[in-house]
Amino acid sequence: MNIAINASNLSKHFGNIVAVDNINFSVHRGECFGLLGPNGAGKSSTIRMITCSSPLTSGQLIVHGLNVNNEQRSIKSHIGIVPQNDNLDPDLPVKQNLEVYARYYGLNKQLIRRRVEEQLEIFELSDRANSPIHSLSGGMRRRLLIARALLHNPSILILDEPTVGLDPQARHIVWQQLRQLTKNGVTQVLTTHYMDEAEQLCDRIIVINHGKILAKAKPQELIQQYVGNNVLEIQNFSNGIELLKRSLDFTIEYEIFGDKTNIYASDDNLLTISAKIKISNKSNLRKANLEDVFLRLTGRRLVE
Amino acid sequence: MNLILSRPNISISSLYVWQRHRDVFFKIWKTESLGIGLEPWIVILAMGFGLGQFVTLDSGEKYVQFLAPGLMAMFPMFAAIFECGWGAFMRISMHGTYEAILNTPASIEDITTGDILWGTTRATLNATYILIVLLILNHWTDAVNSPYAIGIVFVAILQGFLFSSIAIAFAALARAMSHFGYLFNIIVMPMFWLSGGFFPINELPEWAQNIAWFLPLIHSVELNRALLNGNLTLNMIGDFFWLAIVAIAFYAIALVLMRRRLIV
Ligand SMILES: Nc1ncnc2c1ncn2[C@@H]1O[C@H](COP(=O)(O)OP(=O)(O)O)[C@@H](O)[C@H]1O
Ligand SMILES: [Mg+2]
Repeated sequence: MNIAINASNLSKHFGNIVAVDNINFSVHRGECFGLLGPNGAGKSSTIRMITCSSPLTSGQLIVHGLNVNNEQRSIKSHIGIVPQNDNLDPDLPVKQNLEVYARYYGLNKQLIRRRVEEQLEIFELSDRANSPIHSLSGGMRRRLLIARALLHNPSILILDEPTVGLDPQARHIVWQQLRQLTKNGVTQVLTTHYMDEAEQLCDRIIVINHGKILAKAKPQELIQQYVGNNVLEIQNFSNGIELLKRSLDFTIEYEIFGDKTNIYASDDNLLTISAKIKISNKSNLRKANLEDVFLRLTGRRLVE
Repeated sequence: MNLILSRPNISISSLYVWQRHRDVFFKIWKTESLGIGLEPWIVILAMGFGLGQFVTLDSGEKYVQFLAPGLMAMFPMFAAIFECGWGAFMRISMHGTYEAILNTPASIEDITTGDILWGTTRATLNATYILIVLLILNHWTDAVNSPYAIGIVFVAILQGFLFSSIAIAFAALARAMSHFGYLFNIIVMPMFWLSGGFFPINELPEWAQNIAWFLPLIHSVELNRALLNGNLTLNMIGDFFWLAIVAIAFYAIALVLMRRRLIV
């Protein structure tokens, strides 16, 4: 059983809103799988179906070999969930938050004590064991949420926007800990609207928008397939593009966003073009990234 | 329809939910115990002896004797409604506590049941404590006149379950904290005044007495009164069954409304 999650023709409607529109994907065991898309794309709706929090409108969803429609308790005992919104228990201090949560999984007292100590240690929260929740920083709360999701040793960890709202340093700490989990063989599914996060963490991603999958591959493959190695970014160039096109003996693809024009072509061709651009048009030849993929796929920026 | 017909999915997890509430209670207990502990003393002394000096009853009882069964119905009712009304509303709508618990193997029915069992526990502790206070003061109050009084603990369990279910059903419907004004002013307070716990209602117009009969609180007061005085009557069977029927009905309603509230 090397498939951790399999979704076929999965849809979720809220009244007239189609949040998830007939998508297919599967997550392999041991990989970190990313759902990448802008706000409102349908990432959380997909996640909430996987975690048995939200019934499917149609399609089939198998998690850990079990059907989400009728094996919810069993599925929930095999997965750990880090929700998009902080829902730590405000009535209990740090350590007790974990102890009480571990009890919901039916773990015995000794095991609970051991697991809680371990998780506090790993997530560097031991010295805050008795602090009230409201006294923790955003990064600490996020780490506590991840620690909480791992108490029962789940084989699949599901994270909805794990670093949203964190400062860069706190983000890097979370990333580090997630990479460590990948090393330990924990399957991860995460959603994000940060390109760099998907590139940093995910083995494979699906790009979704308006509930549909636009592309599905390894991050580097996606970049190669939709953009190439490099991108030439030119400031205030929208009027010059026609002239440029006529002066070239090869075709180019480009996209204009406000005052910025992105040109996509092979590396040699990009060099040729860059030689033709006037210095007054500030231009910048840079490595292609997932953001470019998203722009190519949708014609709009991911993070507005 | 689906919501109503599906088999309630209840497991040991409801106990874990109950334990969570117990743990939180033990935490706040340290800071709030003085207030919780003093309340019945103050009420019994102020109402029983203070107000009681100005009240003469046809039956010839002391006012505190008349009041005692009502206190052991009303205060537990408030405890249950507070836990499962405001408390549950905050856990559902503000703190995401339910959402977090739902991510574990616990089901919606487990959470609802755990909450109701905790409300029941609070109500029972509350009634038991008032009974103990009355026993301590019994030399002056003469309120406890029969060993059957221990049965009040069971009445408290039954009505605790009932009022917890009502409150949690309401918490599932409420969209804002201010909606609890309706629960309090339209349901709880009328029940409070018509319960026959503060003043005998046989002076009220007949229609008011008829309405009062359907309100559950009056039956807990009647049961408590009979148990304190030790004169058990057949009426108690009617009181008991009416409480049980309303409790089961509202438990079912609470489960359905919570499913409706939490499944999106
Ligand atoms: N409970 C809900 N009721 C109605 N519409 C919803 C609900 N949850 C999500 N939506 C809608 O579904 C779409 C997808 O939302 P969501 O899955 O939260 O996106 P994402 O997590 O990618 O930001 C949005 O248009 C959102 O407004
Ligand atoms: Mg989301």
